[in-house]
Amino acid sequence: MPIMNMVQAINLALKEEMALDDRVVLLGEDVARDGGVFRVSEGLLDAFGPERVIDTPLSESAIVGAAVGMAAYGLLPVAEIQFMGFIYPALDQIFANAARLRSRSRGRYSAPLVVRTPYGAGIKAPELHEESTEALFCQMPGIKVVVPSGPYQAKGLLLSAIRDPDPVIFLEPTRLYRMIREEVPEGEYTVPLGKARLAREGKAVTVIAWGSMLERTLKAVEGYDAEVIDLLTLSPFDEETLLASVRKTGRAVIVQEAPLTCGLGAELSATLAEQAILHLKGPILRVAAPDVPIPLARLVDHYLPSVERIREALEEILKY
Amino acid sequence: MDSKLRAILPDHDLLRMYEQMVLCREFEESCAEQYTKGHITGFLHLYSGQEAVAVGSTHALHKDDYILSAYREHAQAIVRGADPRRVMAELFGKSTGICKGKGGSMHLFDPELSFMGGYAIVGGQFPIACGLAFASKFRKENRVAACFFGDGAVNQGTFHEGLNWARLWELPVLFVCENNFYGIGTAVGRASALADIHKRACGYDIPAVRVDGMDVMAVYEAVKHGAEWVRENSRPYLIEAVTYRFRGHSMADPGKYRPVAEVELWKARDPIPGFARRLVEEGVVTQKELDGILVKARVTVAEAVRFAEESPWPEDGEVYTDIYV
Repeated sequence: MPIMNMVQAINLALKEEMALDDRVVLLGEDVARDGGVFRVSEGLLDAFGPERVIDTPLSESAIVGAAVGMAAYGLLPVAEIQFMGFIYPALDQIFANAARLRSRSRGRYSAPLVVRTPYGAGIKAPELHEESTEALFCQMPGIKVVVPSGPYQAKGLLLSAIRDPDPVIFLEPTRLYRMIREEVPEGEYTVPLGKARLAREGKAVTVIAWGSMLERTLKAVEGYDAEVIDLLTLSPFDEETLLASVRKTGRAVIVQEAPLTCGLGAELSATLAEQAILHLKGPILRVAAPDVPIPLARLVDHYLPSVERIREALEEILKY
Repeated sequence: MDSKLRAILPDHDLLRMYEQMVLCREFEESCAEQYTKGHITGFLHLYSGQEAVAVGSTHALHKDDYILSAYREHAQAIVRGADPRRVMAELFGKSTGICKGKGGSMHLFDPELSFMGGYAIVGGQFPIACGLAFASKFRKENRVAACFFGDGAVNQGTFHEGLNWARLWELPVLFVCENNFYGIGTAVGRASALADIHKRACGYDIPAVRVDGMDVMAVYEAVKHGAEWVRENSRPYLIEAVTYRFRGHSMADPGKYRPVAEVELWKARDPIPGFARRLVEEGVVTQKELDGILVKARVTVAEAVRFAEESPWPEDGEVYTDIYV
């Protein structure tokens, strides 16, 4: 089985799905000739031609809006936004149209599109190039939000996202693009949306993480009897798996790289408190970034939840 | 317009257009009454005065061409073929509405009519029209996306993004600006550096014309020509239809920002009696027949209101449907 990084895995997913289904088209800034700023779509222009792999103007709102129109017509557009911070001009189209077309037209029109975007900190670029504002999207009914944690998950989830009848925001942790290499099967397999993955079994504490935080969470829990859940789909999230684990361990730590306030961790925490509080031995702890814009270069190491901070939370919760 | 009506269209079509204009006016005026009675809630934007644009345009398009509009779109949906009863029920929020009472006044959709909204965010429809046109071209289906918008929308970024894309990708989009001179209370000259909206298209190398939007045949001919040009060349085209809304922006707007004399001047150019006079003058129809058309429209609208009143509200469970598959 070939070993590949996340960039290669996503590229493979796109290539295979485009070969399989001629309704799939890619569009975005520099996705065609340049192969994307992170080279995720490299080679696809040659393979599928300029009608299906489309360089767009610098018009984020139009990228997503056009994708809504294409999807409503019957195509399966995969739009790329160059960095998560560049998605804000397109929020109107995502929130006002993609998310609501099905409901507004009582299910007679739909927008089965995917918006891919590099996500999260750790590449030494400042703020808008390292955003992790996933909670904004999780707050919006009608769209799904997915974050892979490695190459295998990335390929399987992206195939599910393209085939999903609802609009999916597909967040690709930039820091992991070339960091993790693992076996990724060629050909057909999918990772289902809406299902979390048990990344490590344990009995004493449940640690919930997603995206690039999973990798450092797995490091942090070494030596602890910790269960680690890789959330994968952030909205709608897999309540069942979280609750089953927390009811078993009685302790919960949530690790998010986004700023603390009103982050997804708050929602997860509220859900656990509402539905499993009688199983809990201590408070639900959140390890998150501070409520500040993402700093540049070295300061980002202080900003992001570190292995040490995750361990501190483990030590704290295990006192109960 | 100098040419005789019959040289443009057969009697049957001329009458159909007249009937639809009357129906739209009666429908909208009835909506105003229903709003006042509290049967229609929220915001209600009426089309009275602009009927020539919807009717002239829709008749000039193919049935499978897409139509996208903004939030003043009841008439456009009805002219396209939506059942007035189900449009009225939609405005009431009843389960029999065209979108189950879940879309409301500003969000009318019907795939069978290729009617693609209804957008409450000004300018939201430009990129979507481009996407539809892209897909039409991709599938080689030769369907035009007709994108209607108001004069206020041309100052949104999406107008410029949409025009640029449509020309760059050579997409079959027909842009139709319904310039009624006011974005709510802000006159076009106070909002647009270049108030001649059709001239803005030249910045994107898109041919454009201005047409009298109070003359249904002028609109018909301009859209007919424009849509066929778009179809033949697979390139966008823009029409600025100069028109006027006889009411405020919405029912919540008394419209005091417009001088009374200006409103009266435009009302004297009401597209409906203007068209009626020509139809009678040219012997297409008698005054008696015109009276019959008005009565028929009123009956249709009264039926629509009764249908909406008698229709059930959606079940509470409808809140949870059609969000995800």
